[in-house]
Amino acid sequence: MGIVIRNGRVIDPANSVDDLNTLFVDDGFVVGINDPPQGFETQREIDAQGLIVCPGLIDIRARLREPGQEYKATLESEISAAAAGGITTLCIPPDTNPVIDTPAMAQMIQQRAWQIGKSFIHPLGALTQNLDGERLTNMYGLGDAGCVGVSNALSPVRDTVVMRRAMQYAATFDLTVFLNSQDPWLRGNGVVHEGEVSTRLGLPAIPEAAETVGVARDLALIDATRARCHFNGLSTARAVEMVAQATHEGLPVTADVTAHNLHLTEHDIGLFDTLCHVSPPLRSQRDRDRLRAALTEGIINVVCSDHQPHEPDAKLAPFSESEPGISGLETLLPLTLKLVSEGILNLPGAIALLTANPASILGIDSGHLGIGATADICIFDWGEEWTFDRQRMLSRGKNNPFHHWLFRGRVTHTLIGGNVVHTRNP
Amino acid sequence: MKGGIQYDKSGKLRHFLTVEGLARETLVHILDTAESFITFGEREIKKVPILRGKTVVNLFFESSTRTRTTFEIAAKRLSADVINLNPKRMSTSKGESVLDTVRNLEAMHTDMFVVRDAHSGAAYLIAQHVPSHVAIINAGDGRHAHPTQAMLDVFTIRQHKHEFDNLRVAIVGDILHSRVARSQIHALNILGVPEIRVVAPRTLLPTEVEKLGVHSYTDMRPGLKDVDVVIMLRLQLERMQGTLIASEQEYFNLYGLTEAKLAYAKPDVLVMHPGPINRGLEIASEVADGPHSVILNQVTNGIAVRMSIMAMVMGGQAERKES
Repeated sequence: MGIVIRNGRVIDPANSVDDLNTLFVDDGFVVGINDPPQGFETQREIDAQGLIVCPGLIDIRARLREPGQEYKATLESEISAAAAGGITTLCIPPDTNPVIDTPAMAQMIQQRAWQIGKSFIHPLGALTQNLDGERLTNMYGLGDAGCVGVSNALSPVRDTVVMRRAMQYAATFDLTVFLNSQDPWLRGNGVVHEGEVSTRLGLPAIPEAAETVGVARDLALIDATRARCHFNGLSTARAVEMVAQATHEGLPVTADVTAHNLHLTEHDIGLFDTLCHVSPPLRSQRDRDRLRAALTEGIINVVCSDHQPHEPDAKLAPFSESEPGISGLETLLPLTLKLVSEGILNLPGAIALLTANPASILGIDSGHLGIGATADICIFDWGEEWTFDRQRMLSRGKNNPFHHWLFRGRVTHTLIGGNVVHTRNP
Repeated sequence: MKGGIQYDKSGKLRHFLTVEGLARETLVHILDTAESFITFGEREIKKVPILRGKTVVNLFFESSTRTRTTFEIAAKRLSADVINLNPKRMSTSKGESVLDTVRNLEAMHTDMFVVRDAHSGAAYLIAQHVPSHVAIINAGDGRHAHPTQAMLDVFTIRQHKHEFDNLRVAIVGDILHSRVARSQIHALNILGVPEIRVVAPRTLLPTEVEKLGVHSYTDMRPGLKDVDVVIMLRLQLERMQGTLIASEQEYFNLYGLTEAKLAYAKPDVLVMHPGPINRGLEIASEVADGPHSVILNQVTNGIAVRMSIMAMVMGGQAERKES
């Protein structure tokens, strides 16, 4: 089916493109820019005048809850939510139930997503069997089955020898290790940043050192093994400095930050707002500002949603008993664009954090819009101001703390493999 | 909004969850009303009909005999019907949640819940989910707040010192885990105490504690120097895990309140403790039973102060039910 996307401002950071262009899409691919290829038949035309056309967004960390926690969400509900948020590719951590620690599990999840057909799902394989932190998985087999990296998700690898060997083994097969670096003892049973708010509310706290000790250990092991590693969700200014130093020294490291850690601080918890119970925790204003600056300096390369949809009861409990996480697919783009409105990022820079950069870290052929590229496309109206309503999210989880926030920029169309999978209701 | 959901639309107290954010007038009103109740306990007939026909449920997810008993006596002296419940808490997503329990009891037309729970924020959570005519009183939530205890403590201070605006008060012990200390600090600040100190080893001082409006000390000599009131906190040994204090003996040597250490304070110093006390761990017997101690006055005052708070939160109930 030939689709023409006419006269949009095409921002394609991977190809350094930022121009008014018309895209021609056929048979799932971008087949022409401004000039249609010979024999092109237009079946649908999208008038993109005044709109921004960019590669479909890639969310490097989203939990879809299937298999194992279908009472929270399903692949079907969350993939629709992703499409509404302009996201066409999702990378999912291995902590499903059962855990993605075998090639069969990895294949099963990809096949389920393929049937639904509204986004590409790339799983991470488990670093250790059942995430036990002790026995390595068959990483070659996992990579062969489509895993784009390995990770122990939120389960700690306490034993330093196991972590060192896991890095060496992953590097053998050129697999990136995705790290949630946190010292499990310093983290303890903490639920909020250790600071003014934990002191005032009397909540168990997670000190900054839980992250810096974890990152320091893992950086030392990366230095020793030269394994390519990616830090998930940095939350502290000091950890940013450590990763900056490592990058400067030429270590093969990258890092991401969650969209909410770029906007909220510990003070947003107010009086026990469980919607702000997240892990890593919302930290101080100083940390938040450093994370923002790290985006412009290229120390942090990706913004992700860290999507964690929950059933309502998961948040209707005393703060420390509520479950952490935000249902964030539908606020990933608006929160990143908000940094453009606030003058911290420019538009191509913001889009790169959601497209070309995560594609490169995941090692996938996606996140660009040159001729021949898969037609995964996000079109949004940069001029539209709108008020976010969490009850209207497509995600089954309505646990999102940005209710009633005013955003600029709204997705109008999402295409996956040349099919229009989402159109904004007028 | 300051005070948040603790006030109704007309500015009347409807829940009592934390001292933080309450107006000074509210605290003074509670103390003045408690003053009028204090003589009741000495009368032949100890009851007033303020809560006649009302049902008060003491909902203690975390067990406590002393606090529950004083709430029970306070409610009965106000002529309420009182039911004590000590339900076993289930972990999340298994069995009945806190809110399920409350909704069930509320369906039986309960007018007031006195809630204690081991988790910070529990009373606040419940208050957010009850209808407008149901009042919640926090009898202790995790490490967060124990506001009725703080009110009886400031009541006891006022009884002996009359004014707040010229006092130095030191709170000594496990500040980190203490909901009592947090509520006391808010109450003393709101009432205008110019100098509040906390004294503890650094393992038991929370991060950025100064932001609560206190000065922190790790040494008893400067910490107690010229203070008018010393409040000792109970040390819960089961929480100490072998790393928060090194030993009971060293703790008592450094932070236990003895007559020698009390000599740093002003000659007319008051010694207070929320109880139950650990003799020989945080306080020496001769100090606990000595002339400066008002520990038993605190217990007596606890009933009058809780009567005062219960009467106040039920005061505007009829109007709220209509609206």
